[in-house]
Amino acid sequence: MFWKLLLLVWMCGVIVAAFLLPPPQSQLGDVSRIFFFHVPVAWVAVLAFLTAFVYSIRYLRGKDLALDAKAAVASRLGLLFAILATITGSIFAKSSWGSYWNWDPRETSLFILLLIYGAYLVLRSAVEPEERRAALSSVYAILAFVTVPFLVFVVPRVYQSLHPTDSVIDQRFRFQMPPAILATFLASLLGFTSLYVWLFKLETRINTLSGELKEESV
Amino acid sequence: MAIESSSWAIRSAWLLAKDLKSEFRTRYALNAILMFALTTLAVVSFSLGASSLSPKMAASLFWLVIFFSSMSGLAQVFVKEEESRTVNLLRLVATPGIVLCGKFLYNLALLLILEIVVVPVFAVLVNVPILNLWLFLSVLLVGSLGLASATTIIAAIISRARVKGALFAVLSFPILLPLLIAAIDGTYLSLQGEGFSACWSDLRLLISYAVVMFTASLLLFDFVWSE
Repeated sequence: MFWKLLLLVWMCGVIVAAFLLPPPQSQLGDVSRIFFFHVPVAWVAVLAFLTAFVYSIRYLRGKDLALDAKAAVASRLGLLFAILATITGSIFAKSSWGSYWNWDPRETSLFILLLIYGAYLVLRSAVEPEERRAALSSVYAILAFVTVPFLVFVVPRVYQSLHPTDSVIDQRFRFQMPPAILATFLASLLGFTSLYVWLFKLETRINTLSGELKEESV
Repeated sequence: MAIESSSWAIRSAWLLAKDLKSEFRTRYALNAILMFALTTLAVVSFSLGASSLSPKMAASLFWLVIFFSSMSGLAQVFVKEEESRTVNLLRLVATPGIVLCGKFLYNLALLLILEIVVVPVFAVLVNVPILNLWLFLSVLLVGSLGLASATTIIAAIISRARVKGALFAVLSFPILLPLLIAAIDGTYLSLQGEGFSACWSDLRLLISYAVVMFTASLLLFDFVWSE
């Protein structure tokens, strides 16, 4: 209860700070503030993918259905955060590059992440017996994860020439971040990560409780 | 160990022979793939009319044809066993590794037959000169290795699911994307007449993709295959 309220206050603080604390960017103006929401959300989308991957491996080793349920929860949340990251990213792309979608490397990787989450969840809904669903979806999650290094290598190389500005923005933020921006960014990162952890725990609890209810009614 | 590994290869080859034999009795998967490829090629050529394609477009369309044709038939490799209720027999007579190898070889064979038909027809209909034929064929061959290994394990996954047809493409696409990007790039370079050195990074990526995908399938196949 306490942590939940703290998280609420923290997130409110982050939102206020993101709009008020750092001065507007010299070149991009107020548009740059979306950085405080977009980057943490995208980070959580990737983190969720990693969680799903780890739980999938653990399921295949231990054959405990609770682990598979956790992998499913992680990918459902991951899908949500990937959608949010895509939307915030395209808003930024529209105002800084002039179009909502340009297939720039980061957009492409996020899009692929969305596809993987989608495919994983479709697969889950298409398999009936619980153990089989768990095994098949775990295998798929691991296969999808294995291809990620290739994407990291191949996507920027093919689409690189289109949007050189991408790396410039990142460099500016990453290497010349003033303290006010850095503090807000880290606070936001922490806030979104805890939000993810909280949602993850909540969903897992709902899952176990509904499982228990089902058993009782049987 | 040497005897074991050679008998392993022989058993996989047996499985391949059995699959090819049963395929040539009905020719279902092969006909489906070939007709699909020809239809797509005809649509491409028809909609282009007299206008000619740039090498970039031609390379993309070529791999689109290969991708969707393989989506139309390569799932059969496991779905067929499930539908004719021969899965359990196969589980009894062969270890999972042998099954995967045999099925992989079979899918590769289907893909190569497909390509033998598609490449000449594509070259004639789309009217793009292939300036470096050897590079083109190398990219095609290495790409097929990766394509066959990825589709084999995904076919195994979807053969256990309720909906089979649409699921195959949905699951395959995100996994095949790096392969497609590299293969399209490599094919584009070969159409341009570039040498092997220009295309080396694409080839390297395709080779490592095939190796990684096959190894991962070999490790994971047991979980898909055994009840």
